[in-house]
Amino acid sequence: MNKPLVKIERVGQSFETKKGRFVALRDIDLAIREGEVISLIGHSGCGKSTLLNLIAGLTEPTTGVLLCDGREIAGPGPDRAVVFQNHSLLPWMTCFENVMLGVEQVFGRKERKSKLAARVEAALAMVHMDHAMHKYPHEVSGGMKQRVGIARAFAMEPKILLMDEPFGALDALTRASLQDELLGVMEKTGATTVIVTHDVDEAVLLSDRIVMMTNGPAATIGEILSIDLERPRDRLGLAHDAKFVEYRGAVLDFLYRKQLKKAA
Amino acid sequence: MSTVVAFKPPVAVAITEEPEPVPVKTAEPTPAVPPPADVPYVTPVGERVRDFAKAVIPPLFGLGLLVGIWALVAMKASGIPGPGPTWAAAVKLFSDPFYSNGPNDQGIGWNVLSSLKRVGIGFGFAAAVGIPLGFLLGRFSFMSRMLDPIISLLRPVSPLAWLPIGLLILKKADPAATWTIFICSIWPMILNTAEGVRRVPQDYLNVARVLGLPESKIITRILFPAVLPYMLTGIRLSIGTAWLVIVAAEMLTGGVGIGFWVWDEWNNLKVEHIVIAIFVIGLVGLILEQTLLLIAKRFSYESR
Repeated sequence: MNKPLVKIERVGQSFETKKGRFVALRDIDLAIREGEVISLIGHSGCGKSTLLNLIAGLTEPTTGVLLCDGREIAGPGPDRAVVFQNHSLLPWMTCFENVMLGVEQVFGRKERKSKLAARVEAALAMVHMDHAMHKYPHEVSGGMKQRVGIARAFAMEPKILLMDEPFGALDALTRASLQDELLGVMEKTGATTVIVTHDVDEAVLLSDRIVMMTNGPAATIGEILSIDLERPRDRLGLAHDAKFVEYRGAVLDFLYRKQLKKAA
Repeated sequence: MSTVVAFKPPVAVAITEEPEPVPVKTAEPTPAVPPPADVPYVTPVGERVRDFAKAVIPPLFGLGLLVGIWALVAMKASGIPGPGPTWAAAVKLFSDPFYSNGPNDQGIGWNVLSSLKRVGIGFGFAAAVGIPLGFLLGRFSFMSRMLDPIISLLRPVSPLAWLPIGLLILKKADPAATWTIFICSIWPMILNTAEGVRRVPQDYLNVARVLGLPESKIITRILFPAVLPYMLTGIRLSIGTAWLVIVAAEMLTGGVGIGFWVWDEWNNLKVEHIVIAIFVIGLVGLILEQTLLLIAKRFSYESR
């Protein structure tokens, strides 16, 4: 693997609440290498989305420092594209225009209109949405909206792609087909990716490493599991693969034995 | 619409047409198969007649009731003209709505138009001031904390209470009436715009931040389209109130206008004209409201 692209050093995050200080994250150390796919997994409330927002620059850490490509992350930017859980397409723009908004921002100064349009079309074709690109978001299904969200992120050619439970709001079948789609796109582009998820199969299927987080408050990284499975990966072939089953078991063991939430 | 109709089982046909004689030999139950989707299914005439009747008969009934009660009241109370004389007066009035015999004797068309003009001007100024102010209130909490108490204090005041101030500053009656329209239109405009800005989903703003959009693009591509439906609600509420207020304001200020016309006809004791004016004012208000609803529908992105 290549040199680290994102470095997270001694990062902690706490919020001031009415009941006093709430520590969400503590002592996070992680290096994400170029071209690597990382999953953040943990029970809800373990701060995995908080960590993703920190990398995105949407929030600032209370302690520690985050670096992207050697420079401190001081705010959000198009080099760290985010795919939001609820797709977050702007409803008054067509799918094409939604993707174009980002493309224009990144390449608008250097490239002509026709080149920009070609970029948008290529990104939408990559997620198989070219047939519906001039439709409005409310005219397409939830899975299709999320495809457009992914296309918007990829079209900006970010250094790193951040996905916050990208398929969490979709039904199981749609989710599987989108995972396959994403797997293909990631293998084609070699994009560095961080995926927040609570789906064990998804994490094993997509990732090079799975970062397992302990329960909050004051969550931190519990274990890191390297997934050594050949790419390209195939859902059906892996279902009975001994290594896949073993990895899956390891994550389940962490989540449901070591970090089982005590019933409130 | 047509697809919905296409799947209705053809039971409704039986209501108006003679049912087909059912073959007696049906030992097996007839399967309830809907007509295939690719065969265009024509809405039966009976159903269409029924829909039409449903849409038209109750309102006609209501109108009839109104006219009936009106006729009864006119019979009992002296001085109130019944539907017949009012209709005759209306026909005469509307045969020449745009005559002009000097400033105090003009056709009803001119009166309505000059009222609309005042509403338009006052309302336009209110939009020009109120919408940007609403944006500021919604975007900066300092602004809203500063101005909210003032707005809460002034909003319940009848705009007519502002009329003397308008007369004092503007010196003339006509712009003073416009001034009251400005005052009554501005509050819904400010409050709805501000509410719209506050309700812009955080997700959209996060998208803007991640894409690195400059402030100018955030306003034109994200804030403005997101706030537009709220703004249009404000405009609709404003124009409704403005049309209520203009009648009263014109009664006080005089000149040409539907409100003054009502008062003038009262002085002339032409009560049937007052009744006609009530209908005209109602109709114009209805048209204004419906037009704005139509515009709002055009710009609401969910229903497009």
